[in-house]
Amino acid sequence: MKSTLSTDILLVRKRQKEKVFLVFAALALLFSLIVLFTLIIDALLDGLPRLNLKFLTSFPSRRPEEAGVLPAMVGSIYVTVLTVLFAIPLGVGSAVYLEVYAPKNRLSAAIEASIATLGGVPSIIYGMLGLELFARVLQLGRSLLTGALTLALLVLPIVIVSTRESLRAVPQSLWEAALALGATRWQALKDQILPVAFPGILTGIILTVSRAIGEAAPLIMIGALTYVAFLPRGVLSPFTTLPIQIFNWVSRPQKAFHANAAAGIIVLLAITLSLNALSIVLRNRLEKRAPRTL
Amino acid sequence: MERTQRVLRRAKKAEAFVRHLFFVFSLVAIFTTLGIIGMLFFESALFFRKINVFSFLTDTQWTPLFYEKHFGILPLLCGTLLTTGIAVLVAAPLGILIAIFLSEYATPRTRNICKPILEVLAGVPTVVYGYFALLFVTPLLKRVIPSLAGFNALSPGIVMGIMILPLVSSLSEDAMHAVPQSLREAGYALGSTKFEVATKIVFPAAFSGVTASFILALSRAIGETMLVTIAAGSMPQLTLNPLVPVMTMTAFIATVSLGDVPAGTLEYQTIFAVGLVLFLFTFFLNLIARRLRQRFREVYQ
Repeated sequence: MKSTLSTDILLVRKRQKEKVFLVFAALALLFSLIVLFTLIIDALLDGLPRLNLKFLTSFPSRRPEEAGVLPAMVGSIYVTVLTVLFAIPLGVGSAVYLEVYAPKNRLSAAIEASIATLGGVPSIIYGMLGLELFARVLQLGRSLLTGALTLALLVLPIVIVSTRESLRAVPQSLWEAALALGATRWQALKDQILPVAFPGILTGIILTVSRAIGEAAPLIMIGALTYVAFLPRGVLSPFTTLPIQIFNWVSRPQKAFHANAAAGIIVLLAITLSLNALSIVLRNRLEKRAPRTL
Repeated sequence: MERTQRVLRRAKKAEAFVRHLFFVFSLVAIFTTLGIIGMLFFESALFFRKINVFSFLTDTQWTPLFYEKHFGILPLLCGTLLTTGIAVLVAAPLGILIAIFLSEYATPRTRNICKPILEVLAGVPTVVYGYFALLFVTPLLKRVIPSLAGFNALSPGIVMGIMILPLVSSLSEDAMHAVPQSLREAGYALGSTKFEVATKIVFPAAFSGVTASFILALSRAIGETMLVTIAAGSMPQLTLNPLVPVMTMTAFIATVSLGDVPAGTLEYQTIFAVGLVLFLFTFFLNLIARRLRQRFREVYQ
C-alpha cells in the first residue's frame, strides 16, 4: 500500500509523542540519580570537615566541636547484632515452616495473614509495642534488649518473605531426589535445600541489617537516650544509636550541631549503602548462576 | 540392623523437633499482630473513657499538652494528608514514567544500571532524608517561594515522594512485566507502534497493579515518621497550605515520646489513640492493595 500524506503525518506525530515520552522518562531517571548524588554530596560538604578520628572516638557533648559518635556507633552495632540474633532464626524458621511443613488449614492461613499485615505496619507502631510489651510489661526498661527485640519483630516479615522466595527458587528436583533417597524433610533441608538457598537468604539478611541500622522511629518510642556519656554494659544497659544521635543533632538550632549531624550521616550512609551495594552484587551473581539445571 | 534403626529413629526425632520448633517460631507473627491490635485497642479504650469519640473526630484543635486541652485529630490527619498527598503527587508520575520505560523500552543493560540506583534510593535511612529536606530542600525552595516557613509540608512531602518512588516504580514495573506477551503482539499485529502498545495496551492492562503500587506507597508515606518529625514541624494546624508548619500523626507520637511520658497518664494514652488511627489507615490501605494485586494476578495467570 502506498502511504498517503495524511498517514505519514500521523506516523510522524506518533514518533514525536514517543520521543517526548522517552525524554521525560530519561529525565525522571536522571532526577532520581541527581537527588541521590545531591544528598550524598550535601552530607559530604557539610560533614567532612567534622569527620575525623576524634569525632569517631568521642562522647556526645554540649559543645558541638567536642562531640562525637562513639556511644551511638557502639550502640548501633550492639543493637543490630542482637536484632539479627533474634530475627534470623525466627524468620528463617517461620519461612521453612510455611514453605515446607505448614498444613493447609485455618491456622496456617492466619499466620500468612499476620505476616502480610505486619509487613504494612508503620515502624513507629512497633516502637509502641516495644514500649508497652518489652519495656513495661516485661520490665526490660529502655535497654538494648528492648530495642533489639522491637527491631527483631519489625524486620521479621522481611526476613520471612525473602527467605521464602529463596526457598521457592530451589529446584523441585532437588527435593524429590533427597526425599526419594529416604531423607526426612529436615535432612533434605539441612543438607541440600538450605545450602543452595543460602546466598539468597543471605541477601535478604544483609538488607535486613541495613534496615535495622537505619531505623530511628521505633527506638525513639522505647526511649533510646540521645545523651549517653557511656558505652553500654550488658544487654540491660541504656543505649543510643547513630540515627537517633543524628536526629538529636538535626533538631538543634545551632549550625555547628548540624555539621555534626552531617558527619554522622556520612558514617551511617557509608554503612547502609555499602550493605545495599553488597546485597545487589550478591544478587546479580545469583541471577547469573540462576539457569541451573540439576 | 539395630544401628540403622537407631539412626532412623534419631532422624525422625530431629524431624519432629524441627517441625514443632519452627511451628512455634511462626506463631510469633500471629502473637505480634494480636499484640499490636490488642495494645492499641486497650490503651485507646482508656483514652476514649476520658475523651468523647465524637469530639476526637470532629474537634478542630489538637492541644493535648496545653493547659486548655483539645483532642481533635483533624489537624493531625490534615498534616498527614498534606505531606503524603504531595509525596504521591511526586512519586506517581515519575514512578509510572520510569516503570513504562524499564518494562517496555530499556535494554537489559540499562535495567541493570537503573534498578540498583532506585534500590539504593530506597535504602537511604529516613533520618538522612529528614536532614536533606530540612537543610537542603527547604532553603532551596525558599529562594523560589520566599514565604515558605522553615518547617513546612512541601519540602518533606517532595522528599518523601522521592523516598517512595522506588516502591512505585518497581511494583508498577512488575505489574507491567506480568502483562502477557500475547496482548502486546495482538497490538503490533493491528499496526500499533511500540508507544501505542505501551500506553494504550500494557498500561491499561496493568492498571490495577499500578494502582496497588500507589496505595502501598501511600500507606508507607502515612507511616513515615522521622522525615516529617524533622522537617514538617510540630504545629498541628487545620490547613491545606503546604507552606506553613504542620504536624503529622507520626510526628505527634514521636514528639510526645521524646519527653518521658509516664504510663497510665492521659498523654500516654493519647499516643495510642493516634496510633490506632494510624494503624487502621495503613491496615485498610494495605488490604485494598493486596486485593487489587490478587485480582490482577487472577486475570493474567
